[in-house]
Amino acid sequence: MTTTTETLVPFTEAVQRYDPLIGLETHVELGTRTKMFCGCPTAFGAEPNSQVCPVCLGLPGSLPVVNRMAIEYTIRIGLALNCSIATWCRFARKNYFYPDMPKNFQISQYDEPLCTEGWLDVAVGERTIRVGIERVHLEEDTGKSLHVGGATGRIQGAEYSLVDYNRAGIPLVEIVTKPIEGTGADAPVAARTYVTELRDLLRSLGVSDVRMEEGSLRCDVNTSLAPRGSGRWGTRTETKNVNSLRSVERAVRFEIERQAAVLDSGGRVIQETRHFHEDTGTTTPGRSKEEAQDYRYFPEPDLVPVAPPADWVEQIKAALPETPSARRARLQAEWDLSEADMTALHNAGALDLVAETVAAGATPADARKWWLGELARRANEAGTELADLAMTPAQVARITELVSAGTLNDRLAREVIDAVLAGQGTPDEVVEARGLAVVSDEGELTKAVDEAIAANPVVAAKIREGKTAAAGVLVGAVMKATGSKADAPRVRELILQRLG
Amino acid sequence: MELTRMTAAELSAALADGQVSATEVTQAHLDRIAAVDDRVHAFLHIAADSALAQAADVDKRRATGEQLAPLAGVPVAVKDVFTTFGMPTTCGSRILDGWHPPYDATITQRLKQAGAVILGKTNMDEFAMGSSTENSAFGPSHNPWDLDKVPGGSSGGSAAAVAAYEAPLAIGTDTGGSIRQPAAVCGIVGTKPTYGGSSRYGVVAFASSLDTPGPFGRTVLDAALLHEAISGHDPMDSTSIDAPVPPVVAAAREADVSGMRIGVVTELSGDGYQPGVLSRFAEAVEVLESLGAKVTEVSCPHFKYALPAYYLIAPSEASSNLARFDAMRYGLRVGDDGTRDAEEVMALTREVGFGAEVKRRIILGTYALSSGYYDAYYGKAQQVRTLIIRDFDAAFGQVDVLVSPATPTTAFGIGERADDPMAMYLADLCTIPSDLAGNAAISVPCGLAAEDGLPVGLQVMAPALADDRLYRVAAAAEAAFTDRWGQPLLASAKG
Repeated sequence: MTTTTETLVPFTEAVQRYDPLIGLETHVELGTRTKMFCGCPTAFGAEPNSQVCPVCLGLPGSLPVVNRMAIEYTIRIGLALNCSIATWCRFARKNYFYPDMPKNFQISQYDEPLCTEGWLDVAVGERTIRVGIERVHLEEDTGKSLHVGGATGRIQGAEYSLVDYNRAGIPLVEIVTKPIEGTGADAPVAARTYVTELRDLLRSLGVSDVRMEEGSLRCDVNTSLAPRGSGRWGTRTETKNVNSLRSVERAVRFEIERQAAVLDSGGRVIQETRHFHEDTGTTTPGRSKEEAQDYRYFPEPDLVPVAPPADWVEQIKAALPETPSARRARLQAEWDLSEADMTALHNAGALDLVAETVAAGATPADARKWWLGELARRANEAGTELADLAMTPAQVARITELVSAGTLNDRLAREVIDAVLAGQGTPDEVVEARGLAVVSDEGELTKAVDEAIAANPVVAAKIREGKTAAAGVLVGAVMKATGSKADAPRVRELILQRLG
Repeated sequence: MELTRMTAAELSAALADGQVSATEVTQAHLDRIAAVDDRVHAFLHIAADSALAQAADVDKRRATGEQLAPLAGVPVAVKDVFTTFGMPTTCGSRILDGWHPPYDATITQRLKQAGAVILGKTNMDEFAMGSSTENSAFGPSHNPWDLDKVPGGSSGGSAAAVAAYEAPLAIGTDTGGSIRQPAAVCGIVGTKPTYGGSSRYGVVAFASSLDTPGPFGRTVLDAALLHEAISGHDPMDSTSIDAPVPPVVAAAREADVSGMRIGVVTELSGDGYQPGVLSRFAEAVEVLESLGAKVTEVSCPHFKYALPAYYLIAPSEASSNLARFDAMRYGLRVGDDGTRDAEEVMALTREVGFGAEVKRRIILGTYALSSGYYDAYYGKAQQVRTLIIRDFDAAFGQVDVLVSPATPTTAFGIGERADDPMAMYLADLCTIPSDLAGNAAISVPCGLAAEDGLPVGLQVMAPALADDRLYRVAAAAEAAFTDRWGQPLLASAKG
């Protein structure tokens, strides 16, 4: 457990006295099949140092060759973020020593990024914030150090370290925002919403699996404050190790509270890198920028400049998929939903699932009903995401189909869902195996109705007198007799026919 | 038939005719190495077993009637900067002592595919930094013309091996003159091909934008045969040029300069040049004129800045390229006794593993790339490089090739310049411009300097991808000189 001795100002007070300024640097591992500069595979979770070769190990004499697909993916990202795409740019070497960097320099981009000057619109509450994108550039990922023997898993106090170079050389895109002003008390939410929107956009582009928990999407959060309305921005801090959407929000919030306390006491915010702690929601100092390294950037002489032809960029642009926000607007109209309904669907992470369920034949209303109702409850109980349930949109569509055909009623449908989630097969298999289908044989039903009328002469008499509300008792009796497999509305119709 | 005195072209013909076997040729050269290399010290590693195995394989394939490449069965020595699977690769440095690369350089692979027999790895200045092989961590090589003299560098081991008849052919790399300068002072032929014409994959990098692998031979035709065998596009090297290999062998056979326009570079002569070098060079120009070439003088005003620009660009790239030698993954590791952290082990290893000249250049390059100094040093040097390229462009607008002495002086004594880096750097004065511009150049013997009786090299420079012109001019000069001397220059060496 990491403790902090920082003094904090409560958030609502802090944002009354200070304007926050935030900026985000997001690293995205591209989902290319092979690495940035060699043919090694990029699959996550392989045996350590099993996906390496002379190139990504930086062995003496080896040379990099650019992965064309990584360039294409980066251009795709740049175009989706409304950036200008460079007609000519170079890679650069960023020089520093660290054991997980095989060459002790990282091939990156410095003053000639592939994409510049874009934006992404983000909905925060009622308003839309246009987040400026400073640059999108391409680089290679480093290896991964595992520090063994210490309490924290960090290098301090460790007995020894192991290095896995499987990740070394995986293409990594860095997306840097311009400073985001004017969000006030919404700053933490704005930061989170930006990363969420960016994640959805990247996923829709098919360029990355954007899994924060596996590190394929990583975020650094910059925060600084100005006395409210003054525009005099203070020193910024850069918070690293922010590994979930929730953490993005918490990290900004904590830094606002912490920096406000420093400034309130007449102190000075130090320009430094801070480390976010998931367990406590706090940040602690990392290395200070004052002892910052001189990276000695210079153009990478082992690579030729990248000059994407205009017609290629046009082709990539033409093939861009619909953006998530445009898609949401379209689906909202198509499904005839309110803004609030759409937001609920989006926040629940059910949008894609509902869309796929509709595509598989369900009505939008039915698809929404099952995913946001029964299935959301199950996911919540199991502590998982909706998308991780053992239930496909096609299966949900099939269940709604069975319900509207009268084969299942809602209670039976829930039973089918249970069985499918328990891995007992497809909805049709479950219905078949358990004999769950609604009794729709008119002869059988009529017989059950007649038996119910005979067994309840008083109720039957009331109905005959026109008190149709009493039919509920008979319906209940029929349902009980058929083990709830009857279609209740049909039973009611039959009863009224008989006694009408 | 003394096999070690034969040229590669002669060996190739004799092997093809079945007059001699690859095994006999290889054994003869291994015997020669055993007899003289304790004095010459051209080799860091002699690969006798694998060489004989390769030779036996060539003999077997030839016996089955298989059509083999021209160099099949011809021995070659390889500078210890090329990775070789199954042999150590040290780059003349302690820091790589004991490293066995798990892969072959593209050129190593091409040599093996051509059936050339790799005799071993040759000595060099540490990481190719130097002009004498005195910077080798494993002791200097000696010039076969005079064992007290340096064989030049950094590819001095390769040049000495060829000049001492230990190998008919050798491979080197040229970054600032590291093929042409040793070729000149050892009285043999050496070529720096067009940058990107020969693959750098598997060449342990000194300065990536300059390093160019190339051939050594005792004749122009031999150098052309090896040049052709190692050249051509390599998808593993992004800076490799995807264009047909210039017809260098055909040009060497034609050896015709009639009607060619040859420019003498004004700036590559005068003060600091040994008189005996200048007079041999002047004689060479006369010979070319007598063969029908049109000779003019051409000024390249920015060449005088080439040396300082080179000593900013090359160390800058080197400081970054050599960062990977950190004891973490391969090579030497010093101080890993459980009490030190990784950073300390890195520092100790680099302190012990690198020699003085390598450290000097790492420090120079680190400084030149530092924030606040970049524009004044690295940035300015790159601008100078552009001006030198423009000088060449303008010159090649007027003439087909440029000529100059290959070196300002003949071979100097071992130890003579070891404590004077500036004097050492001047050895590459004539060769550096072609490296900075990335075009092609050759050094071919043009006689002995009167004052010391040591060989002088004529440098011919051609535009990028016009490497064939080098061979046309050098072969014509070689033929005329051999006629005049009655024998190849090397035959007059005492050794």
